Amino acid sequence: MTRPFVEIDQVAMRYGGVDGTLALEGCSMNVGLGEFVAVVGPSGCGKSTLMRLVTGLWPATEGNVVVAGAEVDGPLTIAGMAFQAPTLLPWRRVLANVMLPLEVAPQHRDKLSRQRGMYEARARELLRLVGLEGFDAKYPYQLSGGMQQRTSLCRALIHDPALLMLDEPFSALDVFTREDLWAVLQNVWMTKKPTVILVTHDLREAVFLADRILVMSSRPGRIIAERVNPLPRPRTLETTYTPEFQALVHDLRGYIAAARSGEEVTI
Amino acid sequence: MAQMSARAQARYNAMAAAARRRRRLQTLLPWLVIIAMFGIWEIACVAFDIPVFILPAPHNIWHAAVRWWQPLLQDSLVTLYSTLAGFGMAIVAGLLLGVAIGSSTLVYKGLYPLLIAFNSIPKVAVVPVLIIWFGIGMWPAVITAFLISFFPIVVNVATGIATVEPELKDVLRALGARPRDIILKVGLPRAMPYFFASLKIAVTVAFVGAIIAESVAPNAGIGRLMMVASSRFDVPLVFAGLITTGLMGIVLYWIAEIIERRTTGWATRGTDQHLAAGG
Repeated sequence: MTRPFVEIDQVAMRYGGVDGTLALEGCSMNVGLGEFVAVVGPSGCGKSTLMRLVTGLWPATEGNVVVAGAEVDGPLTIAGMAFQAPTLLPWRRVLANVMLPLEVAPQHRDKLSRQRGMYEARARELLRLVGLEGFDAKYPYQLSGGMQQRTSLCRALIHDPALLMLDEPFSALDVFTREDLWAVLQNVWMTKKPTVILVTHDLREAVFLADRILVMSSRPGRIIAERVNPLPRPRTLETTYTPEFQALVHDLRGYIAAARSGEEVTI
Repeated sequence: MAQMSARAQARYNAMAAAARRRRRLQTLLPWLVIIAMFGIWEIACVAFDIPVFILPAPHNIWHAAVRWWQPLLQDSLVTLYSTLAGFGMAIVAGLLLGVAIGSSTLVYKGLYPLLIAFNSIPKVAVVPVLIIWFGIGMWPAVITAFLISFFPIVVNVATGIATVEPELKDVLRALGARPRDIILKVGLPRAMPYFFASLKIAVTVAFVGAIIAESVAPNAGIGRLMMVASSRFDVPLVFAGLITTGLMGIVLYWIAEIIERRTTGWATRGTDQHLAAGG
């Protein structure tokens, strides 16, 4: 049996010393290579903390995180990240924003000047994939929120990351734009097959996108339920109205409700 | 529909005309205000018969300026030179220190109290010390201009760098970016609007610094000219010096603003069009 790509084993994370807030405790999960996993949970359950632990931005207080067979003991160099805010650089045009990771990632920075043409073609290809063809010379402020988020997604993908970490990437967008971007992201994933960990509180988003959905408890967060998503791909907006889709969302909603009521008891 | 659109057209034309008038007024307004100020000043001096050695009327000042134009020009150039030299040093030191303070909490914690204490010292009190160290000459003026103008630059550059979004730092760090990359690619460009905002303040206070030093150690420059003039009760010439200083301040501010608009237009794009229309 092959080893999972991401292994999180009994991880705990406490902020601010011994008496600090316990964000995660006894949290374990595995993600296979090329798998799309969504982590859902009530707000403040430590989902974003999980992101930072997996990418090695922060060390865990207890437990182990293993990515690609190696224990994480510092920031990874193979991860692409996108957040709720697009965090584009306002002084760079779209193409230059997308190519920012290539200027800093150790495996690309030296090759960038020699193979700029190849990299630019790759960036344009990505922009086409997310529906931003012809926008590469625009500044971020000339784009709508959804287009900025698409650009941010391209920036997370430009260096062909083996691991894509998405922290509520669509939660600041309106529902229609969000549904558009689900299809875009699914398309990207089916084309490039990166391993994806998507943190979200939108259950429909999780069911639309993920192969497997993990439910986190309220703080201190740990995984309390797991659902394999049997829905065939590519999923479309129509899929979201099928009984199977609705049943899975409903099922997950029950766990969230339980996690939230637990929150009221413990605090 | 047709009737409605004719009325709408008239309304649109009226609004466009009003906007044009407003824009013309905006262009003229600074000049009108300055002319009005001198007008009221002149009238007040004549009407209340104010002695020239208390408050000279604009025409007295003008005569003094015309009569003494040569020393006025020479001393202005000396002051301008000292100011720009000190200001240039402040830009270099301010950028370096600002980057260090903005990117390292340790440097920030360590240096900030000292910097604030230092900035609280009246620079006029430092000039005698500078004279002891460097002798009478242009150096006290240059260094006073530097000391007074570098603090706003440090604070603004540090703020620009320290307020880089943590998410953006995470994105870059998860790619294996070194701290230096984050400062060069994100921190510095991001700090540029802050930097230019501080330049506009710094360039005007640099004049203050240079002239303070020139007044305390009268060797050359507008400060010395005003000291000499006031010791002779030549108040019109003192005012001519003050106005010349103000003029140089406006010109340098204006240059800083043009450079700012050229280089960091992305940060003011909301008001840029308005500014372009207004100015």
